[in-house]
Amino acid sequence: MTLLYRFYNCTLVRDHALIQDDLWIRNGKIINPENIFFSEKTRADIEYDCQGALIAPGYIDLQINGAFGHDFSSADEASEEMLIKVAKLLTSHGVTAFVPTIVSSLPETYQEVLPIYKRRAGSAKDGATILGIHIEGPFIAENKRGAHRTDFLRKSECGIEDLKTCYGSFENVSIITLAPELPNMVENVIPELVARHNLVVSLGHSTATLDCGERAILAGARFITHLFNAMLPFHHRDPGLVGLLTTHPLPATTIVYYGLIVDTVHTHSAAVRLAHRVHPHGLVLVTDAVPALGFPDGTYHMGAHEIVVNGKRATIAGTETLCGSIASLAECVQYMRQALLDGETNKEIINEKDSTQFVVESIEAATLHPAQVLHIENQKGTLSFGADADFIFLDKNLNILSTFIAGEQAWTVTNQWSIDNLQTKSSQ
Amino acid sequence: MRLIITKDYSTVSEWGAKYIKKRINDFKPSADRLFILGLPTGSTPIGTYKKLVEFVQAKELSFKYVVTFNMDEYVGLPKDHPESYHSFMWKHLFKHIDIDPNNVHILNGSAPDLIAECEQYEQAIRDHGGIDLFVGGIGPDGHIAFNEPGSSLASRTRIKSLAQDTIAANARFFNNDINQVPKCALTVGVGTVMDAREVMVLISGASKAIALHMAIEAGMNHMWTVSALQNHPKFLCICDEDATLELKVKTVKYFKGLMGVHNKSIEEDNNSS
Repeated sequence: MTLLYRFYNCTLVRDHALIQDDLWIRNGKIINPENIFFSEKTRADIEYDCQGALIAPGYIDLQINGAFGHDFSSADEASEEMLIKVAKLLTSHGVTAFVPTIVSSLPETYQEVLPIYKRRAGSAKDGATILGIHIEGPFIAENKRGAHRTDFLRKSECGIEDLKTCYGSFENVSIITLAPELPNMVENVIPELVARHNLVVSLGHSTATLDCGERAILAGARFITHLFNAMLPFHHRDPGLVGLLTTHPLPATTIVYYGLIVDTVHTHSAAVRLAHRVHPHGLVLVTDAVPALGFPDGTYHMGAHEIVVNGKRATIAGTETLCGSIASLAECVQYMRQALLDGETNKEIINEKDSTQFVVESIEAATLHPAQVLHIENQKGTLSFGADADFIFLDKNLNILSTFIAGEQAWTVTNQWSIDNLQTKSSQ
Repeated sequence: MRLIITKDYSTVSEWGAKYIKKRINDFKPSADRLFILGLPTGSTPIGTYKKLVEFVQAKELSFKYVVTFNMDEYVGLPKDHPESYHSFMWKHLFKHIDIDPNNVHILNGSAPDLIAECEQYEQAIRDHGGIDLFVGGIGPDGHIAFNEPGSSLASRTRIKSLAQDTIAANARFFNNDINQVPKCALTVGVGTVMDAREVMVLISGASKAIALHMAIEAGMNHMWTVSALQNHPKFLCICDEDATLELKVKTVKYFKGLMGVHNKSIEEDNNSS
């Protein structure tokens, strides 16, 4: 028997605003209560008092290399069980869907690992939804490889064939990061990846000029991998890929999305504000998290590297090179909001509106925008009617109180937020 | 007729809501004896609905044993269209109160057989034993429900084509595009409203002043259909100062002088503030 649930006494993030409204769920989907009232003439079977919590769509992470000690790039560790284990643990960060990311690796690694990480629907039992794989490299620029191993990098002299030889199959892949200045990328590879294999092509770890970047977008690329990092810096006579945030010669319907690591380490808050002011609708928060995410300070494994975690920074052992972040996506949302607030000059005004300032933008950067990158904004990243019931409870400081996947409670910070304690009406 | 003259829109709304609350609570409705309430849409009742919602949330009023019949609905608009009267009632009242959805009746403007729909609506009212209190507003042209000038004062629930003035007045809800406004509606008739045991009309604003004058100071006339209520044994009209601008000073003074008596009709029995 399918029950009708009503969550009330809450504030929803819906239609780009915070609104006082109830959330109605049935069969793991968000539904329109007005239709139920007039057509089915029934009331909710079970009602939950949300104690004034803020309800947002569940967070979506498009770039995460591992977490809680597990490394998605490791062939030794790769298994469905490991993926599910991480998917469950990530719910404590408010993440209800993610794209496991694999850094530049050898062909044998890809061919072993890619078939294992299949897309799967999330649930309270199995954790966050797996939305496909993000293959970051190895077709990237040597000078902008960041933490990727030089000896694993490859070139695309023979076009798409080189990619197929390296990866094997694109079947489980959703996103690919590549450097568009490499041979044949703009001319052949990108168009084929988009049209034939339905991939989201992301530009990153690249020395491309703005001109090359624009041609890549016109060829079908739609995302930029961790803006500012591993690319040429913005120069006023040579804007590089960063210039794509302002670029004009694109069809009006084309929007360029860009990942941003807002962990207070990879991107200065002024850079966050700059990007946001120039192109707010394209901003996508990503963690680019290393396997140490969720763990205390120490030394851990990623790809073929040793990583040292110290405070908020993760570096390659023996160097100062940043190799990814250890901030959770929930923390990134908080840091983004703080970065935007820090830019406000009128700090004296204290009123109702300001207490929620930038909440919607920060949340949309981790929900609606990543969903739009993957063309799934009708199912994920939204509380609109018909969408999957993946949502989170937040307090006014945007700390995660509880996470729901397909309408079921997957995680709760304390027993106070368990649905058994929130229930005020039962069908019995 | 009782004419209650209050200060402004806000007091009209409060007075109207308190009256509805008192009628329902004094009736003491139960599962065997439901209270049948007729309801309007439009901008005038929004404040009243807001107040009723407050009463329900404060647990001073329950709609558990109340049955509602709305006055009208556009023809051809789906129920979940944002400008349908179904959506209006959901948004302003039904989503916030404890009414049983089976007790809610709104004409279906998308019914396959509109004439049958109207007849079934009249029958449903009869089956419930008639309406205890019909709440309504008036248009600037003096219409009650969609009974436009020229509607028979004996009319029943039927399909009406809307007057140009009404369509123009409604354009503001359809992006100010007059072409998007529906041209027909299903509406209860003047006769249907007259059959109710009591009728309460809420009137606010200077734009309604001429209509109010024609309704209560001129004769009964099918060009100002709300005037039929002069013939109703229990007609209560609540208006604000601006709506009285076209009334005779004598009329206004007379009814203001009765306010002491009128106020008692909304007082709680235990005289709480």
